[in-house]
Amino acid sequence: MAAFLEKVISLRFEIAAAILFGIGFMNLLLQKNLIRKIVAFNVMDSSVFLLLASQGYIDGRVAPIVTDGIREASHYVNPIPAGLVLTGIVVSVSVSAFFLALVQRLYKHYHTVNFDEIMILAKEKVD
Amino acid sequence: MKKSIWKRFTEWVDGVAEEFEPEQLPQTQDKEKKHKTHSLDEQQRLRVFTIGYDIVAFIVGITVVAVLIFTIFQLPLFGCADNPAVNEVVQRYVENGLEETGAVNMVAGMILDYRAFDTFGESSVLFLAVTCVMMLLLRDKKNISKEEDIQQMHERIIEKESRDLILKNVTALIIPWIMLFGVYIVLNGHISPGGGFSGGAVMGAGLILYSAAYGVDATSRFFTRNTFRAITSTALLCYAASKAYSFFTGANGLPTGIPLGTPGAIFSSGLILVLDICVGMVVACTMYGFYILFAKGEF
Amino acid sequence: MQPIYYNIPFVCIFLCMVGGITMPLQKSGKSALRTTVAICLSVFVLCGVLCGILYVRDESFVYKMGHFPAPWGNELYVGPLEALLSSLFALVMAMSIVGGKRTLYEDILPPKQPFYFTMLCMILASLLALSFTNDIFTGYVFIEISTLAACAIVMARDTEKTIAATIRYLVISLLGSGLFMIGIAMLYCITGHLLMPQLQERILQLNETQQYFIPLTVVCGLITIGMGIKSAMFPFYAWLPQAHGGATTTSSAVLSGLVLKGYIIFLIRIFYRVFTMDVVRSLHITNVFFAFGVAGMIIGSVMAMREEHIKRMLAYSSIAQIGYVFMGIGLGTEAGIIAAVFQIMSHAVTKPLLFLSAGRLSEIRHHEKSLYRLRGVAHRDITAGVCFTLGGLSMIGIPLLSGFTAKFFFAGATLASGSLKMWIALLALCVSSVLNALYYIPAILAIWSRPDKEYAEDLQKNPGFLVAGTVLAVGAVLLGTVSTPIIRVIQAGLSML
Repeated sequence: MAAFLEKVISLRFEIAAAILFGIGFMNLLLQKNLIRKIVAFNVMDSSVFLLLASQGYIDGRVAPIVTDGIREASHYVNPIPAGLVLTGIVVSVSVSAFFLALVQRLYKHYHTVNFDEIMILAKEKVD
Repeated sequence: MKKSIWKRFTEWVDGVAEEFEPEQLPQTQDKEKKHKTHSLDEQQRLRVFTIGYDIVAFIVGITVVAVLIFTIFQLPLFGCADNPAVNEVVQRYVENGLEETGAVNMVAGMILDYRAFDTFGESSVLFLAVTCVMMLLLRDKKNISKEEDIQQMHERIIEKESRDLILKNVTALIIPWIMLFGVYIVLNGHISPGGGFSGGAVMGAGLILYSAAYGVDATSRFFTRNTFRAITSTALLCYAASKAYSFFTGANGLPTGIPLGTPGAIFSSGLILVLDICVGMVVACTMYGFYILFAKGEF
Repeated sequence: MQPIYYNIPFVCIFLCMVGGITMPLQKSGKSALRTTVAICLSVFVLCGVLCGILYVRDESFVYKMGHFPAPWGNELYVGPLEALLSSLFALVMAMSIVGGKRTLYEDILPPKQPFYFTMLCMILASLLALSFTNDIFTGYVFIEISTLAACAIVMARDTEKTIAATIRYLVISLLGSGLFMIGIAMLYCITGHLLMPQLQERILQLNETQQYFIPLTVVCGLITIGMGIKSAMFPFYAWLPQAHGGATTTSSAVLSGLVLKGYIIFLIRIFYRVFTMDVVRSLHITNVFFAFGVAGMIIGSVMAMREEHIKRMLAYSSIAQIGYVFMGIGLGTEAGIIAAVFQIMSHAVTKPLLFLSAGRLSEIRHHEKSLYRLRGVAHRDITAGVCFTLGGLSMIGIPLLSGFTAKFFFAGATLASGSLKMWIALLALCVSSVLNALYYIPAILAIWSRPDKEYAEDLQKNPGFLVAGTVLAVGAVLLGTVSTPIIRVIQAGLSML
């Protein structure tokens, strides 16, 4: 039991990332409100960044920027996850902006952000 | 009236669908009635579908969380130095990064030199997103409405008459510093934390603040749609050209002929500085573009 | 110094991306269209030449994107198979643009037309990058590019319905890319690499020692499901008919014919170059594919039978055809994957042909889309009618057309595989062919039969369609009759992967 708890505590960031991913995933599927869907998408992506960042961290090391001329690899944390997270953030910003623009257009036309209502309203109009 | 099976089959082969008959009827009243019941039915079906969908989605979500947590217990431990991710790749990035890229900031060296193709793709994503938003929100005859026009006119008048004094003066005071800070972050991207993306975001925020305090008309004196188009396209083309040059020379084993300079100086690390400036310009323009498109739908 | 033709893939990708970036600077939609078609055709020629050279020399190569070799820098990997597919994709893209030109000018407002061509260029760039990349994270970035651009061409028609369809498409795509991304994050955590050859080395080691067995299984599942969602695998297809059926003709053709295929090609390359087929088989992923593929083949066709809207019917038929591809991968044998790749090519030619001719036919009747109101329309434009008929017959599986050849290879592949899978697959092939016939034959009969009343018609000629329809129809017949060299190229390419 104690060993299990120790493991949970040592993996706290990764577990938090998994729970956040689940929250985001479920809300992206279940929310009817489109704005909340966008928030859920951002939560989901951020959880992946948390997972990556926590796997890149190494106890007792510093950020990967050469200071004081120290060049040993054992002095710095892993720079790769940071780069991947950077790329991921830009992608998620872009997708959020596009999504918001779509929602704004729909809101202007139907005056609602509830996707179910929009689907019903859209069905009533004959193609 | 019952049709014979053969007749129904021939009609079906001919493509005569029974659902289409009500629409052919000329009486509008009848049509409306049918339409209404149809839509009620549809609503009920949709409700049943939604409940089913919710249950399935809930189960799927719980499964995903359970599987992920279960997997995470098997993953390498947090913060250990002997995890599989800490290998020869990291070692070379950290130990040889300074000589090979000239960047003191190893993350900048990694994303703009070692793995530059990814980053080029990522800048294109940003460009694509702003193009998509322009496709949707630029005002044209498909997304214009009268009420909105009137509302916008009201907003313009309010903007002109009641300029908030505090907002204006404070903005005038801090805008130069915001811009300077943005430029600093962009230019020092290879030396210290920062780079094109963060610096560009700061500069974009400065532009947004300026147009919020002084009105869109003030910004559009120096920043129109043509400026926007010219800056983003030129910066991205410059980015593409420098990356194409470095990819081509790298793959064919040619020397680049670009000096790396002394690490730590502003003019060092070869193309990374150029790329940071390009990315910074694209990001600043894009951020402001998003704001103005969402707020006004035009430049 | 490496041979000069090694630079072709890199040049093609950059040509498309730079083209996409400069497109908003174009003055009018017409010049943007011409530039895009020129780019597509030059990619077609370049990749075709590359495919020929690589096949004759029987070689494949790795291209460094930068100054740093494998585990440190990005790379491209190119063999004859990738070159062949990219060449075909570029040709189909060019023909879809030319064939749907008129509807496109009507559906999209002139100031926004150049933006639309930006999206098409970026889609071609992402298709090329997904088939060439040797780096799994580059794959993720280009998947996102492809998602955004695909959503943009769905909503380009700018009606409320297409925007609602786009939101559905976007949400499902985001779920898919979220799963894919967490998959590669975990894969990075347990292997420490992002480039395919190094990943494969590590995974083979892990598989031998059984270390990290559960994470490896989960990663494989997450990547598969993520890509499956994006390429409309059976249970995740709900977004497809609205998105593909509602968009403008060119968009429908490009989405159904090409965008779905890019993800599948990338998935096949991940299976071969990262996990290796042995590991995939031992994790039973292939069986899941097989089951979903067979279900998709049947359900897609049943849904298509109930559809009256001609473009939505074609969209449902895409689900069935994608089902064939997944069934082929699910067989897990070399022959099954060859058949699947051939089916990808066959569908990439036939479905745009069908969408373009359906678009042309409904253009004559002032954009009526229901099959009932399209009766007799084929007499007004014989070429479009013949093209639609050819495409439909190919989907059903009439000899001499590409669809028959694909089904023939599937049957051959199933006969060579295990006992239970063989019977299920053969049964599914038969049932699905009958179902295909049950909705394509009525549609073909409807467009050739006598109309029961007069409709207002627009009889303007459309030379763009004439060119595109002819090229694609000839392509379908060629794929059906001279399949042996193509199969040889596929075989050579797969053996080098």
